[in-house]
Amino acid sequence: MKEKQNLAAAAQDCMAYLPGMEIIESDILREVQHAADSVDFNAFTERDIKAALMRKHKTVQDFAALLSPAALPFLEEMAQQARQLTFKWFGAARSIFTPLYLANYCENYCVYCGFNCHNKINRLKLDEDGMEREMQAIAATGLREILLLTGESRSMSGVEYIASAVRLARKYFAVVGLEVYPLNSDEYAYLHECGADYVTVFQETYDVDAYAKLHLAGHKRVFPYRFYTQERALKGGMRGVAFAPLMGLSGFCRDIFACGLHAYLVQRKYPAAEISFSCPRLRPAEGNELPPEANGTDLRHLVQAVCAYRLFMPQAGITVSSREGAGVRDNLLQIVATKISAGVSTGIGTHSKQEREGDEQFEIDDNRSVDEVFNSIKKAGLQPVLTDGSYV
Amino acid sequence: MEDALILGGHKFTSRFILGSGKYSLELIKAAVENAGAEILTLALRRVNDGGMANILDYIPKGITLLPNTSGARTAQEAVRIARLAREVCGSDFVKIEVIRDSKYLLPDNYETIKATEILAAEGFVVMPYMYPDLNAARDLANAGAACVMPLGAPIGSNMGLVTKEFIQILIDEIDLPVIVDAGIGSPSQACEAMEMGAAAVMANTALATSGDIPAMAEAFKLAINAGRKAYLAGLGAVTGRASASSPLTGFIGE
Repeated sequence: MKEKQNLAAAAQDCMAYLPGMEIIESDILREVQHAADSVDFNAFTERDIKAALMRKHKTVQDFAALLSPAALPFLEEMAQQARQLTFKWFGAARSIFTPLYLANYCENYCVYCGFNCHNKINRLKLDEDGMEREMQAIAATGLREILLLTGESRSMSGVEYIASAVRLARKYFAVVGLEVYPLNSDEYAYLHECGADYVTVFQETYDVDAYAKLHLAGHKRVFPYRFYTQERALKGGMRGVAFAPLMGLSGFCRDIFACGLHAYLVQRKYPAAEISFSCPRLRPAEGNELPPEANGTDLRHLVQAVCAYRLFMPQAGITVSSREGAGVRDNLLQIVATKISAGVSTGIGTHSKQEREGDEQFEIDDNRSVDEVFNSIKKAGLQPVLTDGSYV
Repeated sequence: MEDALILGGHKFTSRFILGSGKYSLELIKAAVENAGAEILTLALRRVNDGGMANILDYIPKGITLLPNTSGARTAQEAVRIARLAREVCGSDFVKIEVIRDSKYLLPDNYETIKATEILAAEGFVVMPYMYPDLNAARDLANAGAACVMPLGAPIGSNMGLVTKEFIQILIDEIDLPVIVDAGIGSPSQACEAMEMGAAAVMANTALATSGDIPAMAEAFKLAINAGRKAYLAGLGAVTGRASASSPLTGFIGE
């Protein structure tokens, strides 16, 4: 613990950009922080929640109210409204995808993450042959949408490496998304040209002080560069971007509020963007010491967060990952979720059972195969969707 | 007298165009049958050619497929999607949707006109989704569109004929079929559009969010037929007061 504190003290200012990081013109960070600092989540009353629920188009203030402790007794009403909006916007269609972990080398030191550079785990990076075997194995399950992931290492999994994975993925999949370390907009433009349309980057927490204590070293330490990732991706021509805090890292109300407002302002600035939210809760991982807040995000908070997202931004996609169990995911598909993963492994080379496998990033809680997820969506009266994008 | 809807030289008797993107694939057949629909729209982005849950495997025989360019943000993207759609769906029909607004899903008329010009020249039967603007509708007609498809209200809103007066202007001034495309939330609204002289109505969310999709499809069919018959019969004039029984000009000719 002492060693970590020393590291934090020695580390660079987390608000200062490093050389090579693109700085874009945007005021959204200041707006989000200012708004989030101005809200007293404990000041909302039952009356505020009722007023928010009555309003057809929820305001930013309503969104804050719906995330407050005063809204917890109204979860059922929030869920009812959320379900109606989900069906109005998305009908019965629910998309299925899977993540493919390409490499787990990482140069960041994030105290909660299984991939962090101080963890002694099996590091691996798939070569092109290994990638293709993984993709073939995944494609054989019927999936047409893939999310490519790496750890944050420009030296071990650089932009060219990611580009080669995207080009290969285009051979097997209709929709290719990226969950890799933040890049500059010209790099996103290049990866978009190679075939990727969607970018996911989680801010982890919107609380700068907490962020600085959790991200002790590496490029990820730079808060504003990460914050402006979605904008750089959209400037690079990506179709859609995903947002999330990692629930459990810091204060729940403020983090979800800041994330929703971040997405809302990005949507206003880039009206064509397809916005989506994820709702990861902190999971046990190799070497992570869960902060005490991690236990504060119970299932009620998860439901409150996703319902508030839906009521505030009805058009947004909501993805529920396999960090959640089958029961939670099946229920959320009826209320808010528009996309879930299936046949998930967070290790490296595990889909095609390669001789050398890399260790997983975190433990998952829903081990169902693609067929099982597909059938459970159908059984619930919903329509599984394997492809919902045309790369043009 | 035969009352046919003509689109790009193709003749249809049904005036109900059915959407497919928001409900279970297994219900498509029943919805089409109950709707008496001859044209079904589908998003190319959802076609999983040769794979699981492929919408093309659920289309009843004899139906004209109307692929849409959902996902296109520019004319160029719409053109590329339309060309892919022709290959995959084997249909010359295309519904142009160019949308660069994710919140209201309002169509971009300017880009839509550009895409229409290119695709009509390539022999597509172009059916453009548009905001009901007279100048844009004239440009679409000149660009070679087979019809115009103005929105009644934002897609999926079920708000009905919010743009009624502007759609009426298109019906009065444009020589192409005017098909009301989005926002129609109930059979009565569909009927009203047909009474106004719309050539057809398209609906999707109104059915998908109803309690019984095939039954609602039939309700729409009946309403659309009723509205069409009323339009052809010629509605009586609506006046704000009763007609005077002793007319003021009765003395003339006395």
